[in-house]
Amino acid sequence: MSTATTSTAMDTGESMKAWRTIARGVELSPELKHGFRGTLFFAVVATLGRVVVPIAVQQTLDRGLNGPDGGPDTDFMTMMVLLAAVAIVVTSASSYLMTSRLFAAAEAGLATLRIKAFRHVHDLPLLTQNTERRGALVARVTSDVDQVSQFLIFGGIIAVVSVGQILVATVIMAYYSWQLTIVVWLCFAPLFLSLRYFQRRLSEAYGVVRRQVGAMLSAVSEPVVGAEVVRSYAIEARTQQRIDAAVDRHRAASTKAQGLTAFSFSLGGVSAGLANAGVLIVGVLLGIDGDITAGKVLAFAFLVTLFVGPVQMGTQVLTDAQNAIAGWRRVIGILDTPADVVDPGEAGTRLPRGPVSIEFDHVDFAYPGGDRVLHDVSLQIEPGRRVAVVGETGSGKTTLAKLLTRLMDPTSGAVRLDGVDLREVPFDSLREHVVMVPQEGFLFDADLAANARYGRLGAGDEEIRAAAGELGLADWLAGLPHGLATRVGQRGESLSAGERQLVALLRAHLADPDLLVLDEATSAVDPQLELRIGQALERLMSGRTSVTIAHRLSTAENADEVLVVDQGRVVERGPHDQLVRAEGSVYRRMHDSWVAQHSQV
Amino acid sequence: MTSRRPVASAGTIRDGFAVLWVAIKREPWIFTLSTLGSVLFGALTVADAWVLGWATDNVVLPAFDEGVTTTGGLVTVLALFVGVALLRAVGIVARRLGAGIMQYRMQAHYRRAVTRQYLRLPMSWHQQHPTGQLLSNANADVEAAWAPIAPLPMAVGTVAMMVIAVVQMFLADSVMALVGLLVFPLVIVANIAFQRLQSPLITRAQALRAEVSEVAHESFDGALVVKTLGREQEETARFAAKAHDLRDVAARAGKVRAAFDPALEALPNLGVLAVLSVGVLRVLDGQTDPGDVVTVAYLLTIVAFPIRSLGWLVGEFPRSVVGFQRVGSVLEATGEMVYGDRRIAVTGDGARLEVSHLAYRYDADQPLLDDVSFTVEPGRTVAVVGATASGKSTLTTLLVRLVDPDEGAVRIDGHDLRELRSGTLADSMALVGQHTFLFDDTVRGNVTLGADFDDDEIWEALRTAQADGFVAALPDGLDTRLGERGATLSGGQRQRLSLARALVRRPRLLVMDDATSAVDPEVEARILAALQDFGATILVVAYRKATISLADEVVYLRNGRVADHGTHPELLSRTPGYADLVNAYEQAAAERAAETEAGEGEEVTSR
Repeated sequence: MSTATTSTAMDTGESMKAWRTIARGVELSPELKHGFRGTLFFAVVATLGRVVVPIAVQQTLDRGLNGPDGGPDTDFMTMMVLLAAVAIVVTSASSYLMTSRLFAAAEAGLATLRIKAFRHVHDLPLLTQNTERRGALVARVTSDVDQVSQFLIFGGIIAVVSVGQILVATVIMAYYSWQLTIVVWLCFAPLFLSLRYFQRRLSEAYGVVRRQVGAMLSAVSEPVVGAEVVRSYAIEARTQQRIDAAVDRHRAASTKAQGLTAFSFSLGGVSAGLANAGVLIVGVLLGIDGDITAGKVLAFAFLVTLFVGPVQMGTQVLTDAQNAIAGWRRVIGILDTPADVVDPGEAGTRLPRGPVSIEFDHVDFAYPGGDRVLHDVSLQIEPGRRVAVVGETGSGKTTLAKLLTRLMDPTSGAVRLDGVDLREVPFDSLREHVVMVPQEGFLFDADLAANARYGRLGAGDEEIRAAAGELGLADWLAGLPHGLATRVGQRGESLSAGERQLVALLRAHLADPDLLVLDEATSAVDPQLELRIGQALERLMSGRTSVTIAHRLSTAENADEVLVVDQGRVVERGPHDQLVRAEGSVYRRMHDSWVAQHSQV
Repeated sequence: MTSRRPVASAGTIRDGFAVLWVAIKREPWIFTLSTLGSVLFGALTVADAWVLGWATDNVVLPAFDEGVTTTGGLVTVLALFVGVALLRAVGIVARRLGAGIMQYRMQAHYRRAVTRQYLRLPMSWHQQHPTGQLLSNANADVEAAWAPIAPLPMAVGTVAMMVIAVVQMFLADSVMALVGLLVFPLVIVANIAFQRLQSPLITRAQALRAEVSEVAHESFDGALVVKTLGREQEETARFAAKAHDLRDVAARAGKVRAAFDPALEALPNLGVLAVLSVGVLRVLDGQTDPGDVVTVAYLLTIVAFPIRSLGWLVGEFPRSVVGFQRVGSVLEATGEMVYGDRRIAVTGDGARLEVSHLAYRYDADQPLLDDVSFTVEPGRTVAVVGATASGKSTLTTLLVRLVDPDEGAVRIDGHDLRELRSGTLADSMALVGQHTFLFDDTVRGNVTLGADFDDDEIWEALRTAQADGFVAALPDGLDTRLGERGATLSGGQRQRLSLARALVRRPRLLVMDDATSAVDPEVEARILAALQDFGATILVVAYRKATISLADEVVYLRNGRVADHGTHPELLSRTPGYADLVNAYEQAAAERAAETEAGEGEEVTSR
């Protein structure tokens, strides 16, 4: 839209990019185009309307006050005033229609963009691989979209109307007197030429402010979030110094940006003063030659104010425009990032129900731009087997789990369930058959029933209670203050870590998968709860193929089979009893260190 | 910041001015400067109209009537316009920059004051206030409190400008002035009506924005669950519902704005038409001249627009008043830890820890600790064992005097902690908690916390904490920046770094509250082994049997009381509850094994 006109015109280096951003943005939010012609029509009417008053003034002064017979012409006056009143009403109505239509279209379009981006983020590997980027991903669907929305509506209207008004004012001025029009433009030329410079300085200054805000927020959180540390190490004075310094840097940066804003804003007024003087002086000189009337010169003075207003407003909007385009670009950037795991959809092969067999066929895996994490892994697991995967941190055992649940695809080779390549299984079929229980049993801020229902949509309270009973959790559930209606708090923090795991297991049981992939929790929980978790896990795994990333000896001991992963390769495999007896095996070494810890008790 | 504007009542307007008065008293000079700037701007905007009128009557019209003009006249016109414009620019800069300086200074001042309170107030005060609230007191509330400073000079200037303009209009022609003056009250009424209609919608939209953000945060945090259970569609529907609510409210707010903006613009224009109509008649009657008509019309248009700044000012008041009250409640909070003047040895071997008849409670009915007594001899390692909510963590906070007990005393080398000088405690003892806090600083800064330790000492502490390996692998080693804008560490790595932070100080008493919960059991074992040779008295809250087994003695807490104290084997043999608790792991393992042996039949039924 016209908002781009200003920013691209100012921003030549990025002009194509900005245009492409907008084009792609409109493509992604088709609502932006809905009724655009109508909106444009009203915008044109509204903009033209804004020139009505000066014309009325001019006409009134020139022909009304100084009529053909020398005195005021009251008939003409009456007509002009009525005409102007009608014009004002029409302008206001058009302005209302334009703005409300823009609001509706922009909000609808951006809601669509927001939702699309949100949906797409869930398909990005970034989300699960790079947890520290989550904050940035949230910003893509919240503040970035808000920025675009704020701009499209307020900035957009101002920009559309400002540019339109500058053009209309110029055309009308030229109709009155092309010489005076040139004078006005010459007076404003230095301002226009310096705009880019100020714009760059401003965006730099506000960039500094944003960084300092972040640093300040982080410093201010130290005495609150780190209250215990600050006190137990008696570092109050140091903490205060850090805060004072950050607060002061934020103040200084904000003040500097404000000063720059004030200065650049004041330039418009100086140009306006020059233009006013120039118009009157040149007007008088032209008038002496008989080229122009007094009324025309005075009307010109009004036209200059019409010109100044939008120039000042328009330049204010420029920085916002840049930010908005940058925000838009970031959101689009998310949407244009391909999901690296693709759903084959209807064309895929659905898995049959029942315990599944697993096959890794010469699987290699490397993170993009990273070293290889898995090397040529080939293995088969029979249906219904219970397998424990052990290995040092960074050995690649978690990667095995992620490939098995198709959070990622192998770099080469294939992972097959029941002989079907995972890449050929439609997502809905896959998620029905394969369920992963992550280390941290993440819960949503809702009641316990809603969290359990996450495993099977539409499960009734009775079904959930029955599932809890099957896992041996009936009395635990009954012991909770509000049973299934217990609120779990943000991230489930009203429950203990162990209880969160219980809910996660209940959720997995309701999902009723054929293959269960478990990433065993490492954090210590209350031993009595640990016992419950163990029982629930046991019941959850029975009758299903299961692969557990094991951190505990007991888990490996109870498995049908242990896979030992070392430096991206499966180096040993077999039942616990057999592996532990093998001289010099990796497993035996791990086992010995485990036992060493426990035997001291 | 025109968003989020609750409705202003007479009371809040009074309170709002009271808050502003605080700022004006504190920054009188800068306020005066910015207000003068604004008045200058206002006066000169009016002067612009006057210059135009003057030039029309004295230079332009005579020149057209007589066909000649003087260079002097033209130069005067140029000098007047440019002079007025330059002075007006000075006014703008003074107004805007002054308002900025004042606003940011007040923000900085109150942020410093609030954080000073946070650092001064005792831990017990912190425990009573949610983290989110305290953060918002220092950030959003401070910002809200001083938000009205931004439009303040402009509003004051607008009032000045209105007065000058009205006087000017009356000087030009009183009849036209009266006609024009009808416009001002209409503009003010329209502004108030706009505020009333718009505010609830803006507030709602702001709340919905927060909700949209919450859903996104939660959904992305739980991404693994969402993805592995294939719930992307349901999550998207949940998000879309909020996004659509926001869209609808924002579009409604837009409609209100779309209606009022043109109305507010049309009013002065209609006023100008009225002035023109009356003006022409008066020119016909010879009661006024065309220049005065121009002047009055111009004054009307330039004053009508800034009247809105009064609306902006008043619109910020409700938020400002609430923010100021919240900040005030922090600044007025009382409570302090009282220190004595005794010193104890800060270096050397382990300290002797004596806990006698300790009681602590949040509310009177539920003591968290009751009559807890035990002694730890220098250099011994004691494990504190107990079920959830048995008072273990509370005990650790009392041992390092984060809070003071309601009854009884904690003594180190025979001195009650309350008799010690401020800072002494930190030199001789350290608490490492389960929840780590890393500063937005380098690894070095996070370990030393600004104290003077050389690299060897730092590395030695890192080695004992089993953190030397991953720190050495960081891109800049000790100087790698951590935190939001730096490297990210895993939970276990963070815990090890926190431990190193304690160890580098060579404390004589080390208190660990589940401080290695996120560390791999193997690594944990190495840490505990290294601590055996550390030489300090160690008190460790433990869950894992391996940890307990390394302790010289065990204090078993049950419901806030010491149920038993002795060696691990002693407790195992004589205290049944204790054995149940620490054997739960082994029991779990045994039961699992038993169940597997019980046969296939049960597995089928449990499906």
